[in-house]
Amino acid sequence: MSVITIVYTVLMYTATLILVGGLAYRINKYARTPAPLKIPTTPAPTTTSGVVMRMGREVVFFQSLFKSSKWTWLFGWIFHFSLLLELLRHLRYVLNPLPTWVVLIQPFGKYAAFGMIFGLAGLWARRVFVDRVRYISAPSDHLMLALLIAIALSGLTMTYVVHTDIISLKEFILGLIYFDWQPLPPDPALLIHLGLVAALMIVFPISKLLHAPGVFFSPTRNQVDNPRERRHLAPWAAQLETNERS
Amino acid sequence: MAKANFETPQIKEYPVIPLIHEGVMAHSKPFTAKAEFQADLGFPGELPDNWQEIAINKMGELLGKYRSLQVYLDSCVKCGACTDKCHYFLGTTDPKNMPVARQDLLRKVYRRYFTFAGKYFPKLVGAVDLTKDVLDDWYSYYHQCSQCRRCSVYCPYGIDTAEISMAAREIMDAVSIGQKYCNEIIGKVFKIGNNLGLPKPALADTLEGLEEDVKEDTGVDVRYPLDEKGAEILLITPSADFFAEPHVDGLIGYGKVFHQAGVSWTLSSYASEAANFGMFIGSYENMRKVALRIREAALDLGVKRIIFGECGHAWRVAYSFLNTLAGPFDFLDPRYPVPQHICEFTYDLIQRGALTLDKSGNDHRRLTYHDSCNVARASRMGDKPGGQFEIPRAIIRACCNHFYDMPQDTVREATFCCGGGGGLLTDDLMEVRVKGALPRMEALKSVVEEHGVTHMAAICAICKSQFSKVMPYYGFSMDQIVSVHQLVSDAIVLGDKQ
Repeated sequence: MSVITIVYTVLMYTATLILVGGLAYRINKYARTPAPLKIPTTPAPTTTSGVVMRMGREVVFFQSLFKSSKWTWLFGWIFHFSLLLELLRHLRYVLNPLPTWVVLIQPFGKYAAFGMIFGLAGLWARRVFVDRVRYISAPSDHLMLALLIAIALSGLTMTYVVHTDIISLKEFILGLIYFDWQPLPPDPALLIHLGLVAALMIVFPISKLLHAPGVFFSPTRNQVDNPRERRHLAPWAAQLETNERS
Repeated sequence: MAKANFETPQIKEYPVIPLIHEGVMAHSKPFTAKAEFQADLGFPGELPDNWQEIAINKMGELLGKYRSLQVYLDSCVKCGACTDKCHYFLGTTDPKNMPVARQDLLRKVYRRYFTFAGKYFPKLVGAVDLTKDVLDDWYSYYHQCSQCRRCSVYCPYGIDTAEISMAAREIMDAVSIGQKYCNEIIGKVFKIGNNLGLPKPALADTLEGLEEDVKEDTGVDVRYPLDEKGAEILLITPSADFFAEPHVDGLIGYGKVFHQAGVSWTLSSYASEAANFGMFIGSYENMRKVALRIREAALDLGVKRIIFGECGHAWRVAYSFLNTLAGPFDFLDPRYPVPQHICEFTYDLIQRGALTLDKSGNDHRRLTYHDSCNVARASRMGDKPGGQFEIPRAIIRACCNHFYDMPQDTVREATFCCGGGGGLLTDDLMEVRVKGALPRMEALKSVVEEHGVTHMAAICAICKSQFSKVMPYYGFSMDQIVSVHQLVSDAIVLGDKQ
């Protein structure tokens, strides 16, 4: 087994552990931290199913961003939707046998990388040319865009310029899943692509990418507007009352 | 006190997003609370030597107590959606008044002490140590936020800067840096029962005067009772209603509505304040202490219902928090929501045809309506979402022949704060108050020019006080702001139903 294969095998396991472990830690923290007061941004749904719908519109259509800035919404939504398509398309390296729908989306997924680059470029342009957005951008905000664009570009290189041996790649990935390690084709574009994806997985739980789980825990979006009907009391606030009485 | 020395922003033909000008509002700081007033609220009076440690510990404590704070400090992606949404940014052009930049003042410190990236790569992610300069910036810019939540409407993750500024103020209080205006007022509520420090004899005197005035005006004996045990309804209203125009005209209106409804009601001298400044400083304990006075008054007077007068953040605390802070209210009549808003009460009577309203009583006015931020984005009226927009408008339309809404992107959930909310309604913050009113003044000007609007109605004591003060800076007169129940008062026909 080559050094490259060993390095990437270790890297992929490490990145996956950090991504899953880090996210589990963060999500657990969000879930355990109480929200002591009812603070939904109103008008807000008065039922749980209404909240599910609101969250759905937020996550699928980026409703609030649409209200806010049409350009940011356009670039942001195209990027995220393209990224989703790409992720689904890449299931072909993970699933065996392939479900039909994964086969069916391949032709669309193939072009989604262009969508990603279009969206990311638009978002980056805002960071450079709009003085307000430039002011709030830290180096990490630029780096994140660069990282994602580099992932898309290295992927496109393999689709359109120098093909990689995807049969061996799939064997490598399945080998990781079943702990039956297989050699990784040592193509530069593939090594760059996988390395960058591993980097993205590693920074995910320690960066602003936490917005992905965060939105589901946002009290202004996930709370039911029913404070008069139901008394809402956090454990620490209940403790405060108990201490007073005793 | 230094005399206000600043230029009122120009109202442009149509609103424009300004270019940023760094540091132009860095000098804006409210007076700090004296040690004795800090003590009343359970805060230290002097900056301790280890203040950094205390502040960071406090931040850690709040991160564990408030999911909003933890999630919001982590989730911002700096997309910029909020950058042109804050009235204080639009009015001052200071970039630290952009919601994301305001949050970042705290987020930078959070990252430095609580995140991996900030601990090991501070420059990369913009993390900074908590220094005296940072603390000064906090004091300045967290007192240029009126906690109006407009940014939270537009944030794709619902990040609410109000939550951040409340946490920042609580951290500052924990190291003795309190704001004079808010903290002295809370002290007054604890000692006397209301923000203005009006004792019972003064209240009784005022209410008696109102009864005489209404009698003289209408020939009808409308009562304004105080501390009457056994009354059905306890009215909790901002103390400004006892004190100044146009607030008091609203109070006159509530009395007339109760009179026509034929219900017994009373005010309480012990809980003679609807406002709860404990929210502004982010202190759950102080907010709860203020709220509990209402529960005690309701129990003491033996009332069956609680109704709130016209006030913005007070209605937020009442509608969204009162049940949490001072509940359960199982001793009240379960047929009514606890608490109710006076607008809900009046609207219900109008719906049932129980009020005779003569719209011509307001024919000398052409009206528009200012949605108060905390009512619009942090509460509800009635049983449907958005009732907080429809019910006050329905009341105005029932009382007036001429009503015109301001531009759609400045009303309802998109409403602009008056510029004086969140504990900023103090003369030492006059510059930021005047500048922050710019977007609302622009919107008002557009309906004045288009529809000949003469008056703007509001249902918040802070809005009314703020507008009375800042409208003259923009060429309007201070009496162009009116109470919604002032309009009811001028239209209502007293006596038997005709």
